[in-house]
This record gives sequence, C-alpha cells and structure tokens, in this order.
Amino acid sequence: MKTLVSLFRNNIREYGMLIALIVIMIFFQYTTDGILLKPINITNLVLQNSYIIVMAMGMLLIIVAGSIDLSVGSILAFIGAVAAVLMVKLHVHWSITMLVSLIIGAIAGVWQGYWVAYVKIPSFIVTLAGMLIFRGLTLLILQGEAVGPFPVEFQRLSTGFIPDFFHGDGIHITTILIGALLSVLLIVFDLRGRKNQQKYGFEVTPFVFFVVKNVFITAAIMWLCYLMASYKGLPNVLVILFVLVSAYAFITSSTVIGRRIYAMGGNEKAARLSGVDTRRLLFGTFVNMGVLSAIAGMIVSARLNTATPKAGVGFELDVIAACFIGGASATGGVGKVIGAVVGAFLIGVMNNGMSILGIGIDWQQAIKGFVLLLAVFFDVYNKNKNA
Amino acid sequence: MSDVILEMRNITKTFPGVKALDNVSFSVRQGEIHALVGENGAGKSTLMKVLSGVYPHGTYEGDIYFQGKECRFRDITESEAVGLVIIHQELALIPFLSITENLFLGNEQASNGIINWNESIQKSKELLEKVGLHESPNTLITNMGVGKQQLVEIAKALAKEVKLLILDEPTASLSESDSNKLLDLLLQLKDHGISSILISHKLNEVSKVADAITILRDGATVESIDCHKEEIAEDRIIRGMVGRDITHRFPPRENKVGDVIFEVRDWNVFHPLHKDRKVSSNINMNVRAGEVVGIAGLVGAGRTELAMSIFGQAYGTGITGTVLKRGEEVDVSTIDKAIKNGIAYATEDRKEYGLVLIEEIKNNITLTNLKQISDMGVVNEPKEVSVTRRYRDDLNIKCSSIMQLALNLSGGNQQKVVLSKWLFADPEVLILDEPTRGIDVGAKYEIYTIINRLASEGRAVILISSELPEILGVCDRIYVMNEGRIVNEIPAKEATQELIMKSIMSQKEVMAQ
Repeated sequence: MKTLVSLFRNNIREYGMLIALIVIMIFFQYTTDGILLKPINITNLVLQNSYIIVMAMGMLLIIVAGSIDLSVGSILAFIGAVAAVLMVKLHVHWSITMLVSLIIGAIAGVWQGYWVAYVKIPSFIVTLAGMLIFRGLTLLILQGEAVGPFPVEFQRLSTGFIPDFFHGDGIHITTILIGALLSVLLIVFDLRGRKNQQKYGFEVTPFVFFVVKNVFITAAIMWLCYLMASYKGLPNVLVILFVLVSAYAFITSSTVIGRRIYAMGGNEKAARLSGVDTRRLLFGTFVNMGVLSAIAGMIVSARLNTATPKAGVGFELDVIAACFIGGASATGGVGKVIGAVVGAFLIGVMNNGMSILGIGIDWQQAIKGFVLLLAVFFDVYNKNKNA
Repeated sequence: MSDVILEMRNITKTFPGVKALDNVSFSVRQGEIHALVGENGAGKSTLMKVLSGVYPHGTYEGDIYFQGKECRFRDITESEAVGLVIIHQELALIPFLSITENLFLGNEQASNGIINWNESIQKSKELLEKVGLHESPNTLITNMGVGKQQLVEIAKALAKEVKLLILDEPTASLSESDSNKLLDLLLQLKDHGISSILISHKLNEVSKVADAITILRDGATVESIDCHKEEIAEDRIIRGMVGRDITHRFPPRENKVGDVIFEVRDWNVFHPLHKDRKVSSNINMNVRAGEVVGIAGLVGAGRTELAMSIFGQAYGTGITGTVLKRGEEVDVSTIDKAIKNGIAYATEDRKEYGLVLIEEIKNNITLTNLKQISDMGVVNEPKEVSVTRRYRDDLNIKCSSIMQLALNLSGGNQQKVVLSKWLFADPEVLILDEPTRGIDVGAKYEIYTIINRLASEGRAVILISSELPEILGVCDRIYVMNEGRIVNEIPAKEATQELIMKSIMSQKEVMAQ
C-alpha cells in the first residue's frame, strides 16, 4: 500500500490529468444525456481533435527544447492551400500532392529553425513573424477564396475508415480484432518491462496493482473499439494518430535524440559542453514541427473538403495549451508526449461537450482559459509543496 | 567590545524528514568578525536563512535577539530594516544595470517615486570610496570582474546602513589577491563598528580575520572558540567540522609518470566579442601519461578560457595553434570531436555548465557518451542503469537512488556526478576546472583520491585551481599563468606558494615597464 501511495505521489501529474479527463468525460456524459460517448460522437471527437494532437507532439518537443512555435496554425493553412491549388487547379495526383505537402512543411520548418537555432533569434519572435508570413502566403495562394473540392482518395485521409475484411453485420470485426491484438501487445510489453525492472533490482508496483492497471487499460481499449466498431469501425485518422503517438512516445523516452532534447531544454550550456550539437538539435525540432503541421494541414483540409484562408486560426493556442495542460514546463526540459495527448483530449472533450450543451463560444473560451490556468497552478502548487 | 549584538537561542528548524538545525545557539558580539564553519550540509546556510527571515518567524523554533530586542522577521525586508544584510554566494546584482542603479535597487534615492540621479551618483561615489573600489558609478556590472562585483555588494549593504553583515562564502570565486582585499575591507569595517558573520571553507582566511569561530556539524553547534583567548590550530577546526581526525589533507600519491601524451603548441585565442583582444597568447604546454599538471594563476589569468578553447573551441575566436595527442595532431574544432579524441573538460561552475539539474543522476552521467549505451539510437536502459550504478559505487556518490535529481545533491556529490560523466566518456586527457570549489573538506579529500586514481590509470590530468595548497598537494608539475600567458613552469618538488606568487608578480612588473 505504501508503494501505491508513493507511486501515485510521484506520478501525480500524469494520473491527475488522466483522472481530470475521466471526470470531465463523466460530467459531460451525464449533462449531455449520454450523447458524448455515442459511437458517432466518439468518432467525431477523434476527427475534430486529430490535428491538434498531431501538432501537439511536435510542439511538445519544441517546448521541451525550451522554445515555442506560434506559427503552426498559419503553416497548417498554408499547406492546406498548397495542396488545394496543386490538386484542384493544377490537377496533380493526390499522392504526389501529399508528398509535396510534406516536403514544403519541412522547408517551412527549415526556414524557422534556421533563424532560431543558427541566427539565435528568440523563437517567440521568429514564429510570430512566421505566423504572419505564412498566413499572408496562404491568402496569396488562395487569392482570398476557398478552393475545393478534393479527390475522394484525398478526402479519405480524414473521412475514411479502415475496411472490414470480415464483413461483420452491424459490427466492424476488424476493429475488434485490432483492439484485441493491441491489448495483448500492451500486456506483453508491460510484463516484459516489469520483468526487466525486477532483474535490475528496481522496486516494482505490487502485482495486484499491475493486474488491475492492465485490466483497466484493456477494458478501456476494448470498450472504445466496441464503440467504434458499432459505428463504422476505426477511422483512418485514428490509425495515423496511433502510429505517430507511439513513435513520438518512444522517441522521447528511449532514444538518444530524445535524451538530448530533454538535456538541452534542462540546461543548454551543460548539454553543449557535453558534446551535444544543440543548434542542430533545435533546428531539427523545428523541421519536425513543420512536417507535423503539414500532416495536420492535410487532415484539416481533407475533413472540410476545401482549403480556406481562415483555416487553422488560433490552432497554435490550442496546441500550446494542450502541452502545458499535459504538464510541459514553460522553461523547458520537462514534458511528456502522453501528457500532451491527454491535454489535447481534455480540451477536445470540453469543446465538444460544451458545444453539445449549446454553450456559446464566449463562455467556451473563458472556461478553457480557466482550465489551462488551473492545470498549471496544480503543477506549481505540487512543486512548491515538494520543495 | 563585549556587548552582544546578535543572539540566536535554541534554534531548531525541521524540513520534512530532516532536522536541519537542532537546538543551535549562536551569538555575535558588537564589532567582531565571527566565522561560521562547517561541512556542506552542516546547517550554516539554513541558520543564516533563519536569521535573515528567508524562513519566516513561526517556521522554526527558538528566539532571535538583535541589539537586545527580540526579532520576528517575516521576510528579508524586515531583517534589512534593522541593519542585518546577507550577501549570498551567488551575487544578487543585475548585470545590465550600472553600479549606482544596483546600489540603490529597492532603496532608491527618490522623492515621490522620482529618482534623484545626482544625489544617487554622489552617494554611490562615497560608498565606492569606502569599499575601495575605483570605478565610475555608471559602469555596468556585467563589465566588471567577480572580485569587484563582491565589493559592490558590500557597498550596497553599506547603503542600507548595515550593522551586521553576513557573507556566505564571499571568496569562493575570488583569486588570492582579491580575497585578501576583501578580508582587509572586513577588518576596516570592523573598525567602523560593523560586525560581520563570515561563512567560509577557507580556514587560512578564517584564522586570519576572525575574532571568534563557531563550528557547526550535522545541524548542531560543536563549539565556539574565542580567538583572542586561545591559539587556534587549523587541525582543531577541521577535527571539529568532520568529527574525526584528518591526518592528511591530501591523499598519498603513487602514480608513474610516462611519456608525453598531450601537447598544445603555439596556441592563440582571441576574445569572442572584442576580437582584437588576445586572451591566450603563445601557449605551449604538455602533459604526460599518469601525470597531474596544475595551472595556477589569479582569477582572470585566462586559465578557464584556455581550457575551453582547447575543448572544442567552446570559447574564443580566431584560434590558432595545434593540439597533439601522442605526437599526432588531432582535430578539436568542435566539442564533439574533442570528446571523440579523448579530451574531457569538467567546468568550474557545475550548476550552470556542468549538470542538467532537473534531470536524474543517471541521465547526467550518460549524456557525454550516450552512443555507448545505445543500439541504433535507442537507449538500452538496463545497460545504462548498471553503468551508472558502477560509477555511484566507485566514486561513492551519496544518493537515495540513481534516479534522484541532480538538483537534490550536495555540492560534493554533484561534483562527483560531473566527474562520473566525464569518466564515462573515457578520456585520456581530463581537464578539471576548480573541481573542489565550494565543497567541504571531506569531499575534497575524496575528489583528490579520484584524481590520483585517474593518474595511476595512466590518464593525463590537468588541474586548474585558485587554491595554491591544493595545486601543491595534488600536482606533479605546475604551469603558472598570468594575463593569458604561461609565465613559469615549476616541478612540484621545487614549488612553494611564494614561488608561484612571485612568478605572477614579477610578470606583472615586466608588463608594467
């Protein structure tokens, strides 16, 4: 029991946010008379927030590295515009368009990364400039009007679902199978990690707790898959999200590059004097952000089936808020990918729930502001209490 | 003379799980310099924080009487109001403001919120005169050396009409001559009736100026010595501090010196901002395998700059010259290349440049050589853990776990983490810049033992230190630097403190002519 308490205390930030998310979900589930967790709404929730989550992963790396990126909303719109013009006006094939979009996103990242990392202009200023520059370019490319619609194949990026190979009746069997496979994999990984920890003499959580945790996670996954399966199955976007989140969680926690980014954010000078090429690393985080913004840009325009000059306005704020709600530190060196994902979902569920309740945009904004402040206050409060 | 200005009675301060101060009593008489000594973690700083109101009344037990009145400070402003000023080890000056602006920060010479600059400058001139600092009041803090900044801090205290001045390790980052200047100033202030409490690790300074010494150990008073009544021996103080006899301050050495493995030839470095100012000029030096070579000199002699320029050009511009290892020229143009070529540099400021404080011990140690514990860019955590544990045991790092944050370690243990991280890079040449600054006698001994072991493993060690006894006690050969040049090279057997100081001074005379 003692280890359980200390486990909770040591991870109060992560568990706290997860609990907050669950509480908020239960709250809206109740107040919306069960609309929140209806299969169609769950699918919508994922689609609506996918681009925030995609960008939040890149933003997390940038924030951990000790910088900020205000331009992601504009880059998202810019990429959407480029893709639209290529496909609709120039009739370029959708696959080539996607590739070109990713490359242009990377180039936008190179542009900003160069000024931040090599010329050493504060990222706030560079990306504030970028926010204006790319918004301007978007208007220029679109000549001020919306461009669409797109080929069906491109739309599937957002609106498509994975095919059911088993042709289930009223239930999407492939989705259920994927969920089951995923649950088994997670349990195997967790078990292996636990064995490894024991082998090296680390204190592990009691076996009972381990079992309860895995039962809980498996139940959550299977339940979610069941909900999805009873609608149209897993959306393509969710698959993309899952791959990206797993990849970034792995990169940040287990790779040399991840380690170095945290070290750089924690103490740039010490990292540099330890042989870390901090400039190249910081440059890399911005290029990465550009590519992720491009992916998000394509998801957004595919979903709306049109590129508009106003796309992505204010997204950067949601993305940054997701990272901070998820426990990232504004001074760098602290933050987790999973935290940012939970943060993004928290914002998403609130947006969705409040919209269903018919709460106006005025109050929605204010309430989101309070939640952000509350989450960071929770951080500061915990830190002071431990000190 | 004998009336008591400050009395702290039965002070007890507890942090969650730790009793930092246990029933400590401490008193300072009017017009004396009272030294407070003890190992790191003995409770010196905590006691001073209780005194100055950093820990407000109510968070500790016990009473404080200042000039006969009981004091219950709620914050620093209240303690400063009665004339109690503390000068911290890390100076609290604003770098891009002038001396005058700093002197009167929070104490502006103003009426109705509008600053009277003429009066401010006039007053700061007087204050600078008092502390013997000959600088224009408009000089920016950032353009002055640490020694002069320290004087500004004292002038700032004088501006607040200080009665009792508390100095926390004031000479830790000062050279010998700057330290002496500072100590003389304390004696002068004493003549003007200002008492001071001096926290220091440097026992020679303490015995030079102190009228009384109080020794703390593990949060309790060991003894208070009146220096005018009895002769004090440094050994006695050390015994009191560590609670055991230290027969040798330096461990015995038995390393075999081999061939030259590291050599710097015709090394020239220019200042990164003032590109025509030479910071290192015509440096030629070499180190043999198994040898510990010291670089002695005053602060500002260009030792750190030299070391950092060799270490992947981490400092300076327009660098020319060659670095040779075992007779062959090596590329040290970036830090990464320098590390790959077997050179390591442990910085003098471990908090600012050495460690990522918010990260675990483990992550700090492996940062220099992550490739060695990873496969295809993926960190092998089990391997990392066993490597880190080995260093923890080898270097005797005292911590609850290797997962502990570097932030929560004492200075000595932080330094051991810094050493571990460079040992993990497995260098042949190890440059240590002030490795024992601000750490206590016991930990110093351990660091010296590690240095000896590195040498006996056949590595070349370069030791930069401002403490001459340390250089004499640990090194085989000593280079003396001054104003960016090597002015003398002395084998340790022939070296004395006087000889080293003389080579610095004579160089200065030559320069003057």
